[in-house]
Amino acid sequence: MSDLSNITFKGFRRDNDRVGVRNHVLILPLDDISNAACEAVANNIKGTLAIPHAYGRLQFGEDLDLHFRTIIGTGANPNVAAVVVIGIEPGWTKRVVDGIALTGKPVQGFSIEQNGDLRTIMDASRAAKDMMHYASELQREECSISELWVSTKCGESDTTTGLGSCPTVGNMYDKLLPVGIYGCFGETSEITGAEHICQKRAINDEVGGRWYNMWKAYQDDVIFAHQTDDLSDSQPTKGNIEGGLTTIEEKALGNLEKIGRTSKYIDILEPAEEPKSGKGLYFMDSSSAAAECVTLMAAGGYVVHTFPTGQGNVVGNPIVPVIKITANPRTVRTMSEHVDVDVSGILRRDMTIDEAGDSLINMIRRTANGRHTAAEALGHREFSMTKLYRSA
Amino acid sequence: MTEIPHLLVHEHQDSVGVIVIEGLEAGTDMLVCVTHDDPAESAKGNSVFRLTAGMSAPIGHKIALKDLKKGDTVFKYGEDIGIITADVKKGDHVHTHNCKTKRW
Repeated sequence: MSDLSNITFKGFRRDNDRVGVRNHVLILPLDDISNAACEAVANNIKGTLAIPHAYGRLQFGEDLDLHFRTIIGTGANPNVAAVVVIGIEPGWTKRVVDGIALTGKPVQGFSIEQNGDLRTIMDASRAAKDMMHYASELQREECSISELWVSTKCGESDTTTGLGSCPTVGNMYDKLLPVGIYGCFGETSEITGAEHICQKRAINDEVGGRWYNMWKAYQDDVIFAHQTDDLSDSQPTKGNIEGGLTTIEEKALGNLEKIGRTSKYIDILEPAEEPKSGKGLYFMDSSSAAAECVTLMAAGGYVVHTFPTGQGNVVGNPIVPVIKITANPRTVRTMSEHVDVDVSGILRRDMTIDEAGDSLINMIRRTANGRHTAAEALGHREFSMTKLYRSA
Repeated sequence: MTEIPHLLVHEHQDSVGVIVIEGLEAGTDMLVCVTHDDPAESAKGNSVFRLTAGMSAPIGHKIALKDLKKGDTVFKYGEDIGIITADVKKGDHVHTHNCKTKRW
């Protein structure tokens, strides 16, 4: 590809100067018991999107902080034009509204106690209708590709992800990070086996040391605290083993191909945390489960997700387009409706990693312009909150 | 390269390669390609060789590039990915039945 910095796309510029690639009006539940009202509003007002979830009651401490960070971050994401928040009571509902309002976008909260579902649904539906009129008149404008925030996570990995689809994402990052995009990778547990290499991919020893401490804390607090014998039934997964991956080391080495040859991460993010250290690549401490990880990165503000898969993970996200890349010709043959970028030519040696990276960049640009991904077309809207421990 | 490879290998020091075609059968005279090398090296033919498949195995699974003994370290990506738990002949299938992590 010629000069990448000249590549543009048409996006939605928000009041906080971030650029979105989608224009959702969200009906956002604070808690699980507000899901029904949110879904009723989304049913009343066509084109709006409710994202029901399982949590939000009696959480405390770090787990509650993560809940708020995820909900507020989702509403604040530039792919979202406006938000209706519904909660069971006004206190926490307002906390979410105030958090999202910092972006400058329209947001309004409704609470169910002393109103009931039906009055809440009526009032919230009127607000959602106004927001839909507002959002539907917003126009896309020309933006530089450097304004994109692109995250990555792989799933249902096999040996072809390490040979083809992960290096394709790595090649994209090696090309687009120098242009000025924000990048993000994570999957703390799945770096296990390649932690010595990941630590060295930090921008400096201080960041690498912080990364190692974060990874070690996960090992000590989660793995060793909860393991029964080993992780063999979970890492690699049954799907990974079916695809030919034998050990967690082999899986981790393939996974790390996603950050390319030259890219270095500049900082470490808490789950769902927005990056604050400027343009560049970030590591987000995150689950390796696909829907959880994409949800956390979307809440961190990333607007396009690149997802290499081997055996065919079908995950999507309600607000962020998830671009599927596979190098496995069997997956292309049997699950083509899930594949956005076919790089199986890498295995036949008739496509180079460089060419594959260019084809992914082209698909990112088309997706940012509005092309619906396979996951969007198929209705995949997995919104999965990460929960750290049992509620009170 | 006109012939499609059967097996891809990440690095020269690796002890296993990955099957990249569907329906590999025992006895197949496989074209093996080391992917790390740059195109110039590939053009000289230094990064391709042939190996006979000892058994059939699915796409994505691994084949031993040399005889491996119980206790040997398995290298892929030029890195240690685990230990051999039962002897493996060159050309045979390497997976969970004869290879495991050293970690657990």
